[in-house]
Amino acid sequence: MSLLLASADSAGAASAWSQPFFHHALLAGTSIALAAGLVGYFLVLRAQIFTGDALSHVAFTGAMAALAGGYDLRLGLFVSCVLVGLLLAGVGRRGKADDVVIGSAFAWVLGLGSFFLTLYTTSASGSGNGGAGTSVLFGSIFGLDGGQTLVAVLIALAVSLAVLLIARPLLFATLDENVAAARGVPVKALGLGFLALVGVTAGEATQAVGSLLLLGLLAAPAGTAIRLTNRPFRGLALAGGLAVGEMWVGLAVAAWIPQCPPSFAIMTAATVAYAATWLRPRRDRRPSALATAES
Amino acid sequence: MNPVVAAEPQHNAERRDPSSAPSSAASEASEASAADGQAEPVLSLSGAAVRVGGRTLWSGVDLEVQAGEFVAVLGPNGVGKSTLIKVLLGIMPAAEGEIRVLGRRPGEAGSRVGYLPQRRSFDPDLRIRGVDVVRMGLDGDRWGVPLPWSRDRREQQRRVYEVIELVGASAYAHRPIGQCSGGEQQRLLIAQALVRRPEVLLLDEPLDSLDLPNQSAVAALIGRICHQENVAVVMVAHDVNPILHHLDRVVYIAEGGAVCGPPSEVINSETLTRLYRTPVEVLSTQDGRLVVVGQPEAPAVHTDRHGHGHGHGHGDRRADRHAG
Repeated sequence: MSLLLASADSAGAASAWSQPFFHHALLAGTSIALAAGLVGYFLVLRAQIFTGDALSHVAFTGAMAALAGGYDLRLGLFVSCVLVGLLLAGVGRRGKADDVVIGSAFAWVLGLGSFFLTLYTTSASGSGNGGAGTSVLFGSIFGLDGGQTLVAVLIALAVSLAVLLIARPLLFATLDENVAAARGVPVKALGLGFLALVGVTAGEATQAVGSLLLLGLLAAPAGTAIRLTNRPFRGLALAGGLAVGEMWVGLAVAAWIPQCPPSFAIMTAATVAYAATWLRPRRDRRPSALATAES
Repeated sequence: MNPVVAAEPQHNAERRDPSSAPSSAASEASEASAADGQAEPVLSLSGAAVRVGGRTLWSGVDLEVQAGEFVAVLGPNGVGKSTLIKVLLGIMPAAEGEIRVLGRRPGEAGSRVGYLPQRRSFDPDLRIRGVDVVRMGLDGDRWGVPLPWSRDRREQQRRVYEVIELVGASAYAHRPIGQCSGGEQQRLLIAQALVRRPEVLLLDEPLDSLDLPNQSAVAALIGRICHQENVAVVMVAHDVNPILHHLDRVVYIAEGGAVCGPPSEVINSETLTRLYRTPVEVLSTQDGRLVVVGQPEAPAVHTDRHGHGHGHGHGDRRADRHAG
């Protein structure tokens, strides 16, 4: 009986899998997930997930501003995310803002996005395109055309390569900033460059899962990898691999079940994988009595 | 401000321990550069002074450190002890004087200088193994990721485990470093500073925030590395007592000036009274611990402590913290 059900469903899925939009989604999604996983690993390790949250607000506003100004939406995405990433790097971890200030600023930025959205949909070029806001917020990976896919793949691969190139000194700077600086590692430049990469990745991930959900793609696979291994470079590889795997599962499920949007399916796969690590018994935790006795 | 005490460079060739005779690659370099059999000092400062924001932290510091010597930098809070380390690292410039590190200008000796900054504790949730933190000391400044098929991988791994063995951290090197105790973390960080076989080790308060048994254990470890591996150690310390038995020389910094010499010649009532220009008394307990009474605080610390002058009465309250 399950065979019958499967064959009935697979007819729809098979038709989706042979469509060009699915191939585009698979190509773009794979490379975007790889970049997000690798960048996310360091984001989690450096305790800068908060930056990703800020970028998810900014991505929407940037995209809307670009549309309202008559530019390509992606231009706004990348410019706003990279600029804000660098700005946050300048503020640094020490410049701690008040919770109320952060909350108000984020809400205001999102409000600014809705202002630009209204500006765009009421303008001549944007009338009848009210879905632009939704597709930025929740992603539209099944809506990428060939050109968009190529750009997304190239940028994501460049980000991944850049992360691998700076991985070791960045890890050193993350674990041991002072020693790394004394050893001649350009700690400040690395931190700045890394946040620029985070900005680019946020712009990429917005195209896949949307600005509201991009944090999940950055944080969940990396968090899973960090819980699974104590070895930094194995963890980096695992974060990239998990992100790609979760992207594939999400896309497959979304193609199989038409009612299930790809963003939701991808996020669900990522969350389930992360949740599963909590079920795994921990080998390396010390008996707490011993820990307190020696500390 | 004039230097309070003209520091007298102590020629301690006769103090050299014969057991620390040249045994490693470290001493070959100094032998090659020695002209007449007399080894060239690993570190030398003459007439060195440092200014921060127009204020002279210290001046007139003369110091020569030979290979395998253990030197402690002592003095009250805020007097610029860590600054001395930063000057030797080349992170901060000296305002005056001549400073040589391994015969070159500070900051130019690269991996021949090991550095352990003031203690930072790792986040308890940091899930990175101690061995990986040690390894960062070996190749953390290289670009890219370590490739599993790289040729020198086995050699590097051997060195990492060798240095972990040396500091006695093998039992917990594979545990996440966030879950190690303060003393365990400090041992791993010392291993990280040692992994490239430096000839000079600069340590900034490595015993700070360790409990007493760990303080003496880590002090003994540093003393052993210094004399066995023939590494010159310059260590900023708050309290001289845990390291007193291992020390060859001390640099005692006061506001403006400094004195250098063997511990017994520096940490006594006469020298410190001259250095501070105010009566200072050094007491010795039965088990050989030194207690400095009446040592004035540096001005920066002064402001937040109301109503205490330079009198003796306050000394014993602070004695344990500032002993030395």
